[in-house]
Amino acid sequence: MNHSSNAASAPSDANLMLRIGLTLVCVLVFAIIGLILADNGTDFTMRVHGTIFVFAAGAAGIALLSRYGNYFQNPAAAVGGAAKGYNLSIVKAGVIMSMFWGLVGMTVGVVIASQLSFPELNLHLPWTNFGRLRPLHTSAVIFAFGGTVLMTTSFYVVQRTCHARLFGDVLPWFVFWGYQLFIVLAATGYLLGVTQSKEYAEPEWYVDIWLTLVWVAYLIVFLGTIWKRKEPHVYVANWFYLAFIVTVAMLHIVNNLAMPVSLLGSKSYSLFAGVQDALTQWWYGHNAVGFFLTAGFLGIMYYFIPKRAERPIYSYRLSIVHFWSLIFIYIWAGPHHLHYTALPQWAQTLGMTFSIMLWMPSWGGAINGVMTLSGAWDKIRTDPVIRMMIVALAFYTMSTFEGPVMAIREVNALSHYTDWNIGHVHSGTLGWVGFISFGAIYCLVPWLWGKKELYSNKLVEFHFWIATIGIVLYITSMWFAGIMQGLMWRAYTDFGFLQFSFIETTEAMTIPYLIRLLGGILYLSGVFVMTYNLWMTARGPQNAETPYRAIPAAAE
Amino acid sequence: MTDPSNEQKDASVGTTGHEWDGIKELNNPLPLWWLWIFYATIIVAIIYFVIMPTFPLVSSYTAGTLNQSDRVNVEAAVNAARLERVERGAGLGDSSMEQIRSDTSLLEYGLAAGEAAFGDNCATCHGRGSQRIAGYPYLHDDVWLWGGTLDEIRQTIRFGIRADHDQTRFSQMPAFLSDGILTDDQVGDLADFVMSLSGSGGEFDAINRASSLFALHCASCHGEQGLGDQAQGAPNLSDRDWLYGGDRTTIIETISFSRYGVMPAWETRLDPITVRALAVYVHSLGGGEEETVSATE
Repeated sequence: MNHSSNAASAPSDANLMLRIGLTLVCVLVFAIIGLILADNGTDFTMRVHGTIFVFAAGAAGIALLSRYGNYFQNPAAAVGGAAKGYNLSIVKAGVIMSMFWGLVGMTVGVVIASQLSFPELNLHLPWTNFGRLRPLHTSAVIFAFGGTVLMTTSFYVVQRTCHARLFGDVLPWFVFWGYQLFIVLAATGYLLGVTQSKEYAEPEWYVDIWLTLVWVAYLIVFLGTIWKRKEPHVYVANWFYLAFIVTVAMLHIVNNLAMPVSLLGSKSYSLFAGVQDALTQWWYGHNAVGFFLTAGFLGIMYYFIPKRAERPIYSYRLSIVHFWSLIFIYIWAGPHHLHYTALPQWAQTLGMTFSIMLWMPSWGGAINGVMTLSGAWDKIRTDPVIRMMIVALAFYTMSTFEGPVMAIREVNALSHYTDWNIGHVHSGTLGWVGFISFGAIYCLVPWLWGKKELYSNKLVEFHFWIATIGIVLYITSMWFAGIMQGLMWRAYTDFGFLQFSFIETTEAMTIPYLIRLLGGILYLSGVFVMTYNLWMTARGPQNAETPYRAIPAAAE
Repeated sequence: MTDPSNEQKDASVGTTGHEWDGIKELNNPLPLWWLWIFYATIIVAIIYFVIMPTFPLVSSYTAGTLNQSDRVNVEAAVNAARLERVERGAGLGDSSMEQIRSDTSLLEYGLAAGEAAFGDNCATCHGRGSQRIAGYPYLHDDVWLWGGTLDEIRQTIRFGIRADHDQTRFSQMPAFLSDGILTDDQVGDLADFVMSLSGSGGEFDAINRASSLFALHCASCHGEQGLGDQAQGAPNLSDRDWLYGGDRTTIIETISFSRYGVMPAWETRLDPITVRALAVYVHSLGGGEEETVSATE
């Protein structure tokens, strides 16, 4: 698309050689760091991670050498990185890794849900214990699946809406594979028992440093692409992606400030202590929801819904107002995770009131997405992919109402520490994050692999229904379990003693937990169906299935 | 496909004139209901700022017009509850079971306090209600390893069994097989003999062979007839109540490798009134014994 401009600024041979040389030196440095850690690490996990680092550096070295080899055989390709058209191969790789992590993360989810119902499934092994598998599940679905989906779609959307090729030659690939390496380091760390015990920020200091490098590179790639855009304005989806990238960088760095015990060991101590640590953690934790799971996925929504529905976005003004109000208000809402704790009450006030004010800014995105369908409502019936994305917005609407309600101190007194939270999170993640991601991937695969349509719309339909039933079972059982827990925990006898022992409240969870497990299994099955459908779409001809068509309206 | 009337509608609203990859933006105004609810939530927040603790100052904060404080409320509630417990539970301190029983309100209070403490501290092992868990004594019958009077139960709770405490109740049966005292065959014979004590079976020849073994190795603690001895926590073998199980395999396992059940010393974890209340509660579960000899403190 923009190779003429690249040709104008073609790097000289010396310049190119310098870049290649620097890149290879970087890889070499990483390999040496990996070797040092693999050999001298003071604990087992550090040595394992050093080894993984060495292998990753080796793979990167081989990939780079073969890439540069091509440059020398075909010097024209070297100019601006063979930059003809969009960089779609990275988007393809992203789609594949997204589905892979989705399957892994959700399977682990079903495993830990089973462990809660059948404790024998902990297997009496440290690395299969619920305590280690739970962060594996949360990180795998949020960061591995969700993160890869965000990275993938952002790379696609920013190119298409800026009318420019992705910035950088090797840099986007460093971001992509560097992020995958982060996931592997995090996951293996959890299984080996290494954690800094911060929710959604469990990886230890050296993994955090690695992610910081990757994330800054991500920001450079994204901003670089926007910088060289051919469109006069920046599309709203890119505002959201940019807010997500910038804010997550800030949250990640501040919350993970820590002092390692040794540069050769995995253990570190947080820079913060006590309630300051708790507040920093939940400032991070809540905004991981806000900027990772909300703003980022709104970026997806703002591209894929209008694109798929072939309708303009409902209101530009609403985009602006809800974007800025969401960004401004979200960042203050974290203290609502610490109601009735050692956190000063005035800070709890801050968390609660900003959560209430967050209600409409959150809904702005849902209104803009759903109303984009106006004039094309029939597509909800005829296009299961559209339906999936609109139902994603319905779950988004529900959980962004539920959130402010749960942030009210009096409600929180009942809901806090109960399974209601688990239900709330999953209506947001399974319903909103999951469905909008599935919708986007269903759109992307035929586009990327050059197919007219998906292999089967009927399978999308099937996926939609079992997943929806799964979510409904999941969240209703968790409401039931959570409210029951909350009421049992606060029940007192006439003498002022607790009426129920903890073990009784656990016993009362038996049936809801089984229903939740069933919901999870249904949802996971849907992802397997989806994977099959995508696989068949990418590799084969379309099957002979009557496409869904709108029944023409009767003549007036 | 968009129907033609869409174009007219879109034209009447107008777009911003931008287009990205085919996506346009309509110029619809903000939905009024959306805007007004947004304003309303802001007003609610401002009202809350006025009435509740909100703004941090240098060394304090604005307390709000309601002057409400979690810290003060919780402190008051906890103190009140603590005071009530001391007042109502004080009588549990030195009273005998007889005295407690004669004071209905004290008994009721003791049972309520005991039940609450039992649920969170004891039920994990001993079970709730009539639940039986192998390896942990069932407290709803009158079978006692270390005695079932109020004071004996209290002593067990206070100091635990084989616990990390100087005064803990302690006894240790040898592991007859793994310590090399008896052979496999002898252990098998003994198991038959033990079963015969409660009429639970046992092969005739084996019982005969084992009778001298029992007298030599077991009778010193469990007694000639296997009636047990509460002074050293030796179980009665002639009833059909089993701590670990009365089938031959389990008995062989017990004789071969012994057992080492531990109960914590609760004195270091719970206050004396709660320990006393727990003793009253456990005593009331079904098998509490009357005090015949005055127990040593």
